[in-house]
Amino acid sequence: MAAAVAMVFFVAPEDADQGISQKIFYFHVPIALTAYACFGLGAWKALRLLWVGGERRDLESYTAIHQGTIFGALTLVTGSIWAKASWGVWWSWGSNQLVLFLVLFLFYCAYFMLRFSLEEGPRRERTSAVYALFGVALIPVSFFAIRLANDFIHPTVFTSAGPQMTGTMFVAFLVAWAAIVLLAYVMYRVEIVGKRTDAHLRELREALS
Amino acid sequence: MIGYLADVSALARKDLRLELRAKDTLPAMLLFVLSTLVVFHFALPKGTSEDAAYGLLWVAIVFTALLGLARAWSPEGEAGALDALVLAPCDRSAIWLGKTLATLAFLAAAEVVALPAFALFFAPLDGAALAGVLLASLGICVVGSLLSAMAAASRGREVILPLLLLPLSIPLVVGGVGASISPESGRYLLFLGLYDAVFAILSWASFEYVVTE
Repeated sequence: MAAAVAMVFFVAPEDADQGISQKIFYFHVPIALTAYACFGLGAWKALRLLWVGGERRDLESYTAIHQGTIFGALTLVTGSIWAKASWGVWWSWGSNQLVLFLVLFLFYCAYFMLRFSLEEGPRRERTSAVYALFGVALIPVSFFAIRLANDFIHPTVFTSAGPQMTGTMFVAFLVAWAAIVLLAYVMYRVEIVGKRTDAHLRELREALS
Repeated sequence: MIGYLADVSALARKDLRLELRAKDTLPAMLLFVLSTLVVFHFALPKGTSEDAAYGLLWVAIVFTALLGLARAWSPEGEAGALDALVLAPCDRSAIWLGKTLATLAFLAAAEVVALPAFALFFAPLDGAALAGVLLASLGICVVGSLLSAMAAASRGREVILPLLLLPLSIPLVVGGVGASISPESGRYLLFLGLYDAVFAILSWASFEYVVTE
């Protein structure tokens, strides 16, 4: 894991010949894609929960969405830094991806609010699962909506065509992506193990008292 | 199919009859939407374009819908009526559809007052804008009646519903504002229709999981 991250740090700067600000691309885009993957995984686990049931899927779905929200927040931060470096503003409503992440971030924050104000039990599992499913439906719908909204908010759409990637840059990008996915996976496992240990501990305490 | 529709209409009529007797939602919605429009008059600086007023109309519609939806399941909360409905020998999604139709009727009634008032105070509304209002109201009620059932089961209740609904209503606002001000409103109406279809199917299929223990 550490080796993968270190590799990114050594590989990415070599290829970044478009100025220092472009380097964040190697982190921003993989983080965003990983956040989508986490939300997708959370929804998939939620669907399985509704379909076949099983308490562990609730935990897995929750953890995946938790990771997705963390990576979504990171996307907002890195995107904002990149926007400042390349467009001179911290926030641009013209950037579709950033706006989409803001909407998703609000949506998934509400997921946590909902989850923690319901009483524990099968009903909470299923309600959270249904809301997680709404989330994946919201991603493409919001994407189209933001595209459409640009037509009347910004007459000229920002065409921030990414840098033309050469072979080595693409390799560096893929390595960075793999590293971020690995990081997300490790964090996901660690959180799940921690949560399960917590649950076991609580059961043991109840058994003792 | 006939039996399903009969269940739905019985449930929707039950809500309408309750409202006719108690009158605790609709008058509040009407008063709220009118006061909001008056507040907007003072919130808009002089010389603002009409487009800004159309945007605020959508804020008013979404918040009025929220007001109605927040109370949508409160009759069922009393005396365990929701549990009884869930146990009743009808498809559970019929409960959701009945509630959606009832809240849509309330919202439509509020809009029947709000839209002429808007046209009188601010700017005229054309056919595309009205179609946009209709489709977006349908979308808000479709999603809102399900989310409201979720919120009713939580400790947060009225506080949590806006948090759940507002991110989901952003596409509706985009479509509605686009239909009101864009010259090519057809695309926005199509988008609203698509939204309604996607979330209606999703809510219809998943409502059962939200209300059963």
